[in-house]
Amino acid sequence: MEVNQYLEMFIEESKDHLQACSEHLLELEKNPDDLAIVGEIFRSAHTLKGMSATMGFEDLADLTHKMENVLDAIRNEKIHVSPEILDVVFESVDHLEEMVMDIANGGDGKRDVSSTVAQLKRIELGEEAIPEVVTAETPATAVASVLEYDGFEQTVIAQSTEQGFNAFEISVRLREDCLLKAARVFMVFEILEKDGDVIKSNPSVEKLEDGQFDQQFFVAFVTKESAEAMQKKIMSVSEVEEVIVATIETPTTAVASVLEYDGFEQTVIAQSAEQGFNAFEILVKLREDCLLKAARVFMVFEILEKDGDVIKSNPSVDKLEDEQFDQQFYVAFVTKESAEDMRKKIMKVSEVEEVIVATIEQKQHSEKEQAIQEVVATATVEVEAQPATAPKPSIAKPTPAKAAAPAKAEKNHAPVGNKTIRVNIERLDILMNLFEELVIDRGRLQSIATEVNHGELNETVERMSRVMGDLQTIILTMRMVPVETVFNRFPKMIRQLSRDLNKKINLEIIGAETELDRTVIDEIGDPLVHLIRNSVDHGIENPTARLAKGKPEEGTVVLRAYHSGNYVFIEIEDDGAGINREKVLAKAISKGIVTQEQSYSMSDKQINELILASGFSTADVISDVSGRGVGLDVVKTTIESLGGNISIESTQDVGSVFSIQLPLTLSIISVMLVEIEKEIYAIPLSSIIETSIIRSSEIMNAHNQKVIDFRGKVVPLVFLEEIFEVPRKEPQGDEFHSVVIVRKGEKLAGLVVDSFIGQQEIVLKSLGNYLTNIFAISGATILGNGKVALIVDCNALIK
Amino acid sequence: MTNAVEQESIKVIVFQLADKEYAIPVSHVQGIEKLMHITRVPKTAKYVKGVINLRGVVTPIVDLRERFELPISEHEETTRIIIISLEDMEVGFVVDSANDVLDIPADSIEPQPEVVGSLEEEFISGVAKIDKRLLILLHLEKVLNPLK
Repeated sequence: MEVNQYLEMFIEESKDHLQACSEHLLELEKNPDDLAIVGEIFRSAHTLKGMSATMGFEDLADLTHKMENVLDAIRNEKIHVSPEILDVVFESVDHLEEMVMDIANGGDGKRDVSSTVAQLKRIELGEEAIPEVVTAETPATAVASVLEYDGFEQTVIAQSTEQGFNAFEISVRLREDCLLKAARVFMVFEILEKDGDVIKSNPSVEKLEDGQFDQQFFVAFVTKESAEAMQKKIMSVSEVEEVIVATIETPTTAVASVLEYDGFEQTVIAQSAEQGFNAFEILVKLREDCLLKAARVFMVFEILEKDGDVIKSNPSVDKLEDEQFDQQFYVAFVTKESAEDMRKKIMKVSEVEEVIVATIEQKQHSEKEQAIQEVVATATVEVEAQPATAPKPSIAKPTPAKAAAPAKAEKNHAPVGNKTIRVNIERLDILMNLFEELVIDRGRLQSIATEVNHGELNETVERMSRVMGDLQTIILTMRMVPVETVFNRFPKMIRQLSRDLNKKINLEIIGAETELDRTVIDEIGDPLVHLIRNSVDHGIENPTARLAKGKPEEGTVVLRAYHSGNYVFIEIEDDGAGINREKVLAKAISKGIVTQEQSYSMSDKQINELILASGFSTADVISDVSGRGVGLDVVKTTIESLGGNISIESTQDVGSVFSIQLPLTLSIISVMLVEIEKEIYAIPLSSIIETSIIRSSEIMNAHNQKVIDFRGKVVPLVFLEEIFEVPRKEPQGDEFHSVVIVRKGEKLAGLVVDSFIGQQEIVLKSLGNYLTNIFAISGATILGNGKVALIVDCNALIK
Repeated sequence: MTNAVEQESIKVIVFQLADKEYAIPVSHVQGIEKLMHITRVPKTAKYVKGVINLRGVVTPIVDLRERFELPISEHEETTRIIIISLEDMEVGFVVDSANDVLDIPADSIEPQPEVVGSLEEEFISGVAKIDKRLLILLHLEKVLNPLK
């Protein structure tokens, strides 16, 4: 199978599912009795297992399977949730994450997880000896639940049965004192391969050959021999304790388990059968490269409706028409035609890869309620795993213990959810670049229109500008991602940290829905990890110290995100020890970061920010968690490179707040264009408070610094002409000065320019790698006339 | 021409600066542009003339005359900007004129003569003599270095 094109999707979705697992596990830890949560985890794990098996990542599938077993046991109340069990499950999720990361980085997702697997096994067996009993009573079903088959394997099994082969699932159990497990496996396989073909084994053959299994393994096998003959043959291998051979239910029945019918539908099926109609369940699989899925669905339905009635389909007809399905769909159908005829007719539709027509067995419904529940429970899970396009499969709570009806009802009423698609970020980047080109051209067009001053042209340009404004908003919001995507890894991290450090920590996340540009999101993760680790390690005291200070034993870390103006603020607040300024200062002096003299004139805030300087670490003992003195200065550099800044407020013994200010987007900004002599500069609108024109007489002198009185505040003036050393041919003898009032935090400054040109949207461009760290210039942009204008960095101009 | 010969020669762009001819390997040259509007960037070295809009990319411009501390001349019709790409940097060099593309046999390249000359000496990686012409091969890393 050509898997590469799905790999990306697989990785993305695996991450989603693992994230869901982690979140729900944390929830479960808080409410150990809420079995609905277990169901959620189980569902994610199950989907993940299915996906990874399909993609051929056996280790991933295997570990997920083991984890699922434990979850299943919890769900069925065979095991009770305890922190120890959760630790192991968390560990498994960690392993799974690592595997997925490995796959994402081009690896094969292999990883040594034997100890975790062993622990999972122990948990599963430790308090639950039931599987053995089940095996004894109804071997077929018990075994059948062990192996799962993908489409290909199902087809092989189906074809073999058609050709008169028997498909068996064989469970082989070796004696506990068996020494040469791998050798016995080899002998068993030798016997099997003499008489037929092994389709699948669990654990995988390689693992079996390495002896990486407990006492038991499962094999799916097709042969002409009878079950009994096979059983005897395998039993002849020494040290084999038990062999159970069960017939694999052919995929036709497997299909049958996919659709479920409510009372009405059942009646329809029953009545049609009485009137001599055949009721079929039809699985239609389209080719993977099928382009017009909806059209094919339409054609299939047209054929069906000519010959009978469609009772039900899965996914629903609406979804099918919207192409909201992978490659296959199921239809329940009553007709006078034979199964074979229907199959052939549907196969006539091009791009249909496979059609399986199975008779709907009515026994299924007349059988004990219990049996249905089982089927329905698994069916729900399986079905929901199918629509990969839906962002979050509408999750109905798994209620295996309840009757089938509620589960179904929830399914029917499940909200459709937002329709979303995954778009490769690269394409969005290309779109963005193209749009940037357009923005530049729009600027050009605007300046031409102003020159020409033609009525209709102006009107058109005006309208185009408006449309482009809307377009820009949409493109920008398309690239916006909630910070949740970064935040959601922290609860688990905090849990781990608090266990490692023996501190009690409560993490509060506020404003996770705040949206940020994707490029910023990608960069902000690591700095936040550093800061949170720092808060937990250096900030929050250990419980005894906290109690001694009269604080609650449990420390609180608040992670807060919110919008303000053109910025997003992310704050990490802890109620820990705060920054010990004397200690910080002493350290900074000893490390030569500041001199003794400098230290006298430093404000509290400046001292706090010393911990962001490179080569600084206040923890006397360097711990694993934080504090090699590289972390925080990297944080500062990263944030500044994103055009943001970081500040620290701290009160000793009360706590600290690390506040990060980030621009909403990095690519298009609004600026005020100003002119100095013949040079044009751009001042970001986000820094501007207002513009004003002042008389020379209003300028006052204070300590060699020219200032003005601006609304009762003394605002220093910055003559950009001097700062930027603009060559001027004739001195300007104007009585009036154009001033742009800008701010940095609380501080204001007035930038004196020759004249204002106007406000414009510009595309931020970097000056390249040759010109770096130019004073008071943060970048450049290309104007409508094709010339480059520099962007003024107001932050650098305000001390 | 045989492969062996090809391997032993390098293709260079030859340009004129004051009265001398200089050479830069073609592999580092992105293009040659006519003079266009240069936006001055304040507070940079004197030889950094500013930035240009090179088809949407903001590209810094270095005046090689000033870089080598040669007498400054007015820009003329023949003045060109040679766009250089080195590692991850793109920089344009202002030169008097860009005249030629040549293959220099590797064995004709000699280390720079040990004569104490002007400041430009430290930017030279070697000289090549082709026919009667003396080509000065530039050491690009060093030309760009102090600002890195």
